[in-house]
Amino acid sequence: MSDHLLSTRGFTRDRAVTLLDVAEDMADTQRRQVKKLPTLRGTTIVNLFFEDSTRTRISFEAAAQRLSADVITFSAKGSSVSKGESLQDTAQTLQAMGADGIVIRHPSSGAAHTLATSGWTRAGVVNAGDGTHEHPTQALLDAFTIRKRRHGDDSRGRDLAGLRVVIVGDILHSRVARSNIWLLTALGASVHLVAPPTLLPTHTEGWPVTTGIDLDAAIDDGPDAVMMLRVQRERMTEAFFPTAKEYASLYGLSVARADRLPGSSLVMHPGPMNRGLEIAGAVADSPRSTVLEQVQNGIGVRMAVLYDVMTGERAA
Amino acid sequence: MPNGSSCSASRGTVLAQRLAAQMTRIAGREIPAGVLDTTLYRDDLAGQPTRATRRTEIPVDLDGATVVLVDDVLYSGRTVRAALDALTAFGRPAVVRLAVLVDRGHRELPIRPDAVGRNLPSAKTERVRVTLTEVDGADAVTIEGEPR
Repeated sequence: MSDHLLSTRGFTRDRAVTLLDVAEDMADTQRRQVKKLPTLRGTTIVNLFFEDSTRTRISFEAAAQRLSADVITFSAKGSSVSKGESLQDTAQTLQAMGADGIVIRHPSSGAAHTLATSGWTRAGVVNAGDGTHEHPTQALLDAFTIRKRRHGDDSRGRDLAGLRVVIVGDILHSRVARSNIWLLTALGASVHLVAPPTLLPTHTEGWPVTTGIDLDAAIDDGPDAVMMLRVQRERMTEAFFPTAKEYASLYGLSVARADRLPGSSLVMHPGPMNRGLEIAGAVADSPRSTVLEQVQNGIGVRMAVLYDVMTGERAA
Repeated sequence: MPNGSSCSASRGTVLAQRLAAQMTRIAGREIPAGVLDTTLYRDDLAGQPTRATRRTEIPVDLDGATVVLVDDVLYSGRTVRAALDALTAFGRPAVVRLAVLVDRGHRELPIRPDAVGRNLPSAKTERVRVTLTEVDGADAVTIEGEPR
């Protein structure tokens, strides 16, 4: 039980496993004749998106609707008001309109935390991506997907102990990488980061990870999953690598590289993909790729998160 | 003749499995037992700590079936109401019956069991606990606390 989901940092193993188990049960409900659950009937959830997103927004909308919440989507992109003011005004407006839950995506790191702790609203807050900080539901669906591929119907109650995950690419700008680092290690997996030196954060000493710049070495180490990150050109204000061709050749998951992975290794990508840049199209479409499962699993995971945040006693 | 039974808690599950086994023997045909988690259909989710969900397993098509809901203790009736709601997500049973091991009274909804192991008038301050060999090591029904 929790009032908000802002970050996966500080997650215990048990909290993570419980949330993934609820997500399993939520996913199961979507195979019933009647897929709609009355669970959040009478509550209002606002999707507050200050940044473009199609799949995350639709996934949260579907999750909220299948739990019978009323859903309002508010796309605030392009607002010229300074960010702090804009967020405060918007939050107070939503509070006045009776929002019980707010799912927020914002280009500024810490926006979800600000919204949850500012006193502007009493709504439960779910972070759907804040700047380069965190994207906790993406990490949860990634962990869910790994566990599901590994254990199938026998997934409940299990963690990811002993599994080795390599995260490759634009770590510097990636909220997906950060959320995954905290969550996967809480679940007992080990995480290795691979990126060009310019795209590795400078302060990773406190992170529970190992880092490297050699993708080939990481592949030949036989990891259980390789998570390719999108090259986020929109967040790059300077040249982080010489050319796209060079990036693809050094850090792209080509068919040749994927073929060197053990048969059971997964290839993951949070989407949207730059095919031919960080991942070859044929690899993204191969049986070891979980790209579409990640999208599918996202709905059950977000149902579990909304259930967790929106039910139970609220702190005053 | 029933052709399916389910329950709404782990002790209910065990009771349903016992009943299904007996009925299978008597009927001379398989009476399947399933598990129905009612959590997501409850009407009290806002007032108390978030409940963990449990796995639901309905092994047969419920359209046109006779279903026996089984639980260990019948009290307010709210769990049974949630169970009836949950059942309809799986189809439209022809008949739904309710069987409980203990009926301790204090109903808050117009719900009445079709089969009762034992009527056990109790004070609201008392706690009625059912233990089963498969879960707890012994079959017993105990009343704890002050009679008022």
